[in-house]
Amino acid sequence: MKRTKKAYERIARGWVLVGLFAGTIFAGFPVFWMLSSSFKKNSEIFAYPPQILTEGFSIDAYLVILSDPVKLRFFFNSYLVALSVTALTLIVATLAAYAFSRYNFAGGKSLNLVILSVQAVPPITLLIPFFGVIVGLGLYNTYQGLILTYMVFTLPYAIIMLTAYFNTLPKELDEAAKIDGAGPLKVLTRILVPISIPGMVSVGTYTFMIAWNEYLFALTLTRTEEMRTVPIGIQLLMGQHSYEWNEMMAMSILGSLPVLLLFLFFQRYLIGGLTSGSLKT
Amino acid sequence: MTQVANQPARVIETRAKRARFTQALTPYGFVTPVTALIMVLMVIPIAIVIGYSTLDNVIMTPESEFVGLQNYVKILSDGTFYIAARNSLVFTVFSVLVHFVLGLAFATLLNTRLLSPFVKAIFRSLFILPWLFTVAIIAVLWRMLLNPNGIINYFLISSGIVDVGVEWLSSRSTALLAVTFINIWAGYPFFMVSLLAGLQGIPRDLYEAATVDGATALQQFWYVTLPQLKPIIISMMILDMIWTSQQFALIWLTTGGGPINATEMLPTYTYKLAFSTYEFGLASAAAVIVLLLSMVLAFFYVRHQKARD
Repeated sequence: MKRTKKAYERIARGWVLVGLFAGTIFAGFPVFWMLSSSFKKNSEIFAYPPQILTEGFSIDAYLVILSDPVKLRFFFNSYLVALSVTALTLIVATLAAYAFSRYNFAGGKSLNLVILSVQAVPPITLLIPFFGVIVGLGLYNTYQGLILTYMVFTLPYAIIMLTAYFNTLPKELDEAAKIDGAGPLKVLTRILVPISIPGMVSVGTYTFMIAWNEYLFALTLTRTEEMRTVPIGIQLLMGQHSYEWNEMMAMSILGSLPVLLLFLFFQRYLIGGLTSGSLKT
Repeated sequence: MTQVANQPARVIETRAKRARFTQALTPYGFVTPVTALIMVLMVIPIAIVIGYSTLDNVIMTPESEFVGLQNYVKILSDGTFYIAARNSLVFTVFSVLVHFVLGLAFATLLNTRLLSPFVKAIFRSLFILPWLFTVAIIAVLWRMLLNPNGIINYFLISSGIVDVGVEWLSSRSTALLAVTFINIWAGYPFFMVSLLAGLQGIPRDLYEAATVDGATALQQFWYVTLPQLKPIIISMMILDMIWTSQQFALIWLTTGGGPINATEMLPTYTYKLAFSTYEFGLASAAAVIVLLLSMVLAFFYVRHQKARD
């Protein structure tokens, strides 16, 4: 009995590994090919037969990207916008989540429902009127315009996730601080925020990713080259008369690094926070 | 304390009233920033776009005329609108179904007890990879992979499946399939992560009880795993339908809706009406139709969430 069970487990493990390796090729090969191509000469990209490491192996494509002030500006813009959106989203969402988690107030439920349904509003629906609103506010082709716009898409999720997080913290914590004479803002900043760091990290990472990746509004609400972000920069590379595939791949790798690194560092928080936030309201 | 005791009762009462009043106002203070943002950047724009959709030649001419529902009539009698709607439907349904199947398969593999947590963590990170790339990057990557001389055609030719390199993204018969495939690749990890969390939340004793009753692995999957995951599956499917039907960037950057409308979808159709032909009134009507479709899905999502709580 024992032996058959062991034999069965060995076979099962074999099949699980086969499945896992098949999945790895499906998920990982395109990414691997992107990396490999970024080190090729452009003439070697479609070499027949394909090669992983070519004779022309070099980091030239990266040097071209990193020595071009226009492309460095794309990166600067993306970092500036994404970091600002992250900081502002965390502040605004923390305040709102505190109210939703700790107070029962008239209109609170309806407001929560509005915030929840905002997530389902198609970006394309907002695009046409936004153009008018952003131009009207004098924010066309500015960082502020992009930052405000992105917050509409990051806030709902951030508020839902942080409210869920605050709800898991016992109310006795606040009560104790209140008895010591702390006001609501102090309770929030001194008690709740410090113990919510894991939740904040997960919300912050997710917010950064949304802002870093956004394409449609970056395309429409900016006009000049010095205001463009990385996703638009990659599209601009595609629009050039000759395709420099190796440079596009190098820029793609560089453009993915921040998110890859964030994920690597905060993986555990992110996966936990992600699932609790998306599925609970 | 003594000071308070010495004060007339009226003063104490006013103070208590004022304190209660401030306390009642506190939560509104906390939600003011988000409410203001949502008003300016969500509620007002939606009102504007609904207004635009009833006007003729809006934005392009200073004096636009109220035309009632005429823009909607024009959209709903435009053949391209139905092509876009059909493509959106095909794209969304296939994407969501395969996201679910792949997500569940990978989550089940990653939930195995036969491998060490460390090995599983490595595979999990690898499987999440596609989700970490932005759409613009995914588009340019797959344009390279699916190039007639690209690596995928190389594999297909050398294994004898096709004779010559296929123009996956620029041939009418394959473009929709190709963008759907790219979207499947890009989107399954979110499903996988949620389902994995769901799998890990299923109590072990349910499986033990099933084993005692003599259930096979397949029966356990059908009668224990799937019913336990059902609420997550339904939530994820509705959310994914909302997101996939709104996908713009991936299509715009791979095929632009072409060749000859083969991959035209509601968002690209709307975008072109606005920013290629400058028919902002018509585009607004299309945008409102897209909004209504999403709101129907959102309604089911919220109702499902409420039922779960």
